[in-house]
Amino acid sequence: MRSIILAGLCSAALLTGAAYAQSGAPIKIADVAELSGGGATVGNNWKNGIDLAVEEINAKGGILGRKIEVSHADSQSNPGVARAQVQKALDGEPYVLLGPGYSGSVKVTAPLAAEAGITQIMGGEAAELTQAGNKFLFRTSFGQQSSMPKVAKYINDELKAKSVAVVWVNNDFGRGGRDVITKEFNRLGIKVAADLSTEAGQADFAADVSKIKAAAPDAVFIYVNEEESARILKEIKRQGVTAPLIGETTLVGQKVIELAGDAANGARGHVGLTTDAPVEAVKAFRDRFVKKYNYVPDHNGLKGYLAIYMVKATTEKMGKVDSKAFADTLHGLTIKTSAEPNILMDVTFDQNGDIDRQGFLVEVVEGKQVVKQVLPKLN
Amino acid sequence: MSNLLDLIVAGLATGAIYALVAVGFTLLWQTSQTINFAQGEFVMLPAFLMLAVMHLGAPFWLAVLVGIALSALLLGLAFKMLLVDPMLRHGVLPLAIATMALAIGIKEVVKQFFSAEASPFPSIVPVGDVSILGRAISLQSLGVLAVAILAVVGLTTLLNRTSLGHQMQAAAQNPTVARIIGVPVERMILLTFLINAVLVALASVLITPIYLAKFSSGEVLGQAAFIAAIVGGFNQVRGAIAGGLLIGVVDNLAAAYVSTQYRAAVPMLLLILMILFRPQGLLGRAEERTV
Amino acid sequence: MSKHSRLLLVALAIIVIAGLIIIPMNFNRYGLYILSQWAVMTIAAMGLNLTLGYAGQVSLAQGAFVGIGAYGAAILTTHGWPLISALGLVIVICFIVGWLLGYPALRVQHHYLAFVTLAFSTLMFLVFRNESWLTNGIYGISNIPRPEIFGFPTRKPLPFYYLCLGSLGLVTLAMWWLIRSPWGRAFMALRENPIRAQSLGIDTRRYTLMAFAIGSALGGIAGVLYAPLTQYVDPVPFNLQLSLDLLMMVIVGGSGFMLGPFLGAMIAVLLPEWLRFAEGYYLMLYAAAVIALLIYSPSGILGILDRYLSSRRTQAASALRAAAQSKLEAAR
Repeated sequence: MRSIILAGLCSAALLTGAAYAQSGAPIKIADVAELSGGGATVGNNWKNGIDLAVEEINAKGGILGRKIEVSHADSQSNPGVARAQVQKALDGEPYVLLGPGYSGSVKVTAPLAAEAGITQIMGGEAAELTQAGNKFLFRTSFGQQSSMPKVAKYINDELKAKSVAVVWVNNDFGRGGRDVITKEFNRLGIKVAADLSTEAGQADFAADVSKIKAAAPDAVFIYVNEEESARILKEIKRQGVTAPLIGETTLVGQKVIELAGDAANGARGHVGLTTDAPVEAVKAFRDRFVKKYNYVPDHNGLKGYLAIYMVKATTEKMGKVDSKAFADTLHGLTIKTSAEPNILMDVTFDQNGDIDRQGFLVEVVEGKQVVKQVLPKLN
Repeated sequence: MSNLLDLIVAGLATGAIYALVAVGFTLLWQTSQTINFAQGEFVMLPAFLMLAVMHLGAPFWLAVLVGIALSALLLGLAFKMLLVDPMLRHGVLPLAIATMALAIGIKEVVKQFFSAEASPFPSIVPVGDVSILGRAISLQSLGVLAVAILAVVGLTTLLNRTSLGHQMQAAAQNPTVARIIGVPVERMILLTFLINAVLVALASVLITPIYLAKFSSGEVLGQAAFIAAIVGGFNQVRGAIAGGLLIGVVDNLAAAYVSTQYRAAVPMLLLILMILFRPQGLLGRAEERTV
Repeated sequence: MSKHSRLLLVALAIIVIAGLIIIPMNFNRYGLYILSQWAVMTIAAMGLNLTLGYAGQVSLAQGAFVGIGAYGAAILTTHGWPLISALGLVIVICFIVGWLLGYPALRVQHHYLAFVTLAFSTLMFLVFRNESWLTNGIYGISNIPRPEIFGFPTRKPLPFYYLCLGSLGLVTLAMWWLIRSPWGRAFMALRENPIRAQSLGIDTRRYTLMAFAIGSALGGIAGVLYAPLTQYVDPVPFNLQLSLDLLMMVIVGGSGFMLGPFLGAMIAVLLPEWLRFAEGYYLMLYAAAVIALLIYSPSGILGILDRYLSSRRTQAASALRAAAQSKLEAAR
């Protein structure tokens, strides 16, 4: 039975290989993302990033002389629908599959892509995604297993905090981050003084902040989405909590500063991928994005953009459009900005599909994100 | 103790938002037995209409006025004529389902033609805190509460003290008899829809600076307001205030003293208890068993 | 109904069933997945149709029962239970929970059951999300196996589709029998006029609870199929929205019609897929289509057919009357 499937896959590969060989035909890439429902902001940023990159590449003649054609499908932020759409995309035999962004949707679709032998470049950040031995799955940003230890290290080494309050949003993003960092805190001997789950879309953080106040921690770790970050920062200021506030991209982004005003001052965080990065290429990307879409993207916009340039760099490395060899080529690949300027920052992919890139520790000072420390790329 | 007071005050501020949205909810139910599942989206949309007008270069005050007018036209007149009128006599459910579809439609239109991003919205009330009993309270919340109370007092007076209000009530309670005694039933029902449309536009102006203009912000608001309306008493406009404030406070107390993970559960348990022991709601009238 | 039209109906039914079996044979995996989803949602909507359409009780908890079923199947089958025993346990649980939940409906009438069930839906979502020891919380349960039925593996899309379709067939037969049984007639009496039903000696309490409990159990059955269909279960799909969607399926299909849920689930599951050519606008079109349909026929799709049939019947009757009249006059 298995051999029949394999034989089928091989012949399919031959057929598609033959189809690809007719150069000039566009390269088909399928994207499945959260375009409606709870993850619509994530998905639409991701989609816009992809479209921008495709437009740029096609304007310069495409990849290896062939144009890119991306189809977008909406997963409605629902894993069941995501599965259907990924199935549909795979039935159309794309070169590469992009998305989804929600970790649950990635979990349900990754086995399908792996079975079809199609590389999946996704936006999910949950630690476990790349730890299941899937050889076709790649990240576009740090997984929580690599970003959280950096934050924990900062809290331990620089702030010398002995107790921390952890505030997280109760979805797969927040829960994942909370679980990884709690483990790190335990390892470092830091006490979790308060463990507070919040809801997506929550408006009133009075109760949560009063619990932080009662726990009197040395530092507060905040891991919620941008809009809620702004609300909790305001409430923290109102209730006069003075402990240092540490977070991730979602705590110190430009949008949070815009929404929270001076309540954002003093917030610090680790930032992997941000349009505020002190890198010329990123600033130029940001300008191009704003020009096309009239708003400043969050890190998901960057992720979608980079996904397409990952496809470009990998394909050019292979020198041919070959969906079967794609994953193998991308494993262990280092893409340098000197070769592909629009990858924005040097990046290396390991055997699990995890990413290695430089990161930043930033602090909000008088309404501006200031980089305090550059965390260099490991390899 | 001061902590408890803090929580209650903050809860009242959030509750006022729910209350303001819930007022229109109860009004539509009371006067035309319409359950509007799109009420949250009705509050979300006018802010975007106003942003669009401002985008054309209009000053904020003008945008607000145009937004209220457009809201009356779209969410009042068009909603009533195109959706409610053909379906009203077929019972509560088909109309409720249609408003659910309408909610999807409004969200998608906003997402597609404006943005999936949250946009800031100028505040009509000065941004800042005042100190009451040693506790900082945002002026915006006070504004919301004031408008919610004014709306309820105004509506209650209108319904109970004026002949127009009596006609509206008659039209709502027994359209056939009302028609016989010469009440212009159609016009009365239209009036309630226009009032609701203006109310949601006002709510939009007051709430959006706090919640941000975002296509999905109506979901949370609509559901909270729906529950507030039930707890307060579905058939009384003033019940919405009580329900909204209660839900806001209970939510905060639950998060502080029960569990943050289950904070949404406590208002639900409250709802079940309310139905078991006081089905007409906090301030509602007992409804006749219509069999 | 005349003998002729009944024959026509039976023929039509056979053609549709044969079509559902034969045509998907050369569907791709995506098509089979969507059709399986349709079958599963139809089962859940049939349960709600019994509660709402036949017994007249509005429930906003059907999605929660689908969730209980899905979690039941996911937890038990990943612990090595066969799917069929998970099904048995889920049916019992959903029936009992449904029965208990129906009690408040007896104290008060009408929209209050909707409110109680709304609260229940929200509570169940929180339980699915927060009780990580049981449900693995927000991470969800992955790698749910597809069952073997009489030794046939259903891992591949086509056999699994037949499993869903077969389950739908069995549920339909059971429902058909139930509605024609004295119970079914009692349910309908309850919907039409509860006081009269009581005066006729129908135990309204018991039948209300029964309708609600059976409907809930059907939701559970749908959930038991949903888990191995997606092979992944997390809390988000079972929030209040699913209950509202199921309610929509029943109303749009035609509440109180045996075939209503089939058409309603088609609108809710298949229509958005057909509209995907419109890309970013597909949900807008979908919302507009549902609203337009309800404005045109508030009693759903089958309401249109019903109106058409009854108007034809009236026409036929008046034609007969006219013919008889002319004959009478000719004879005079």
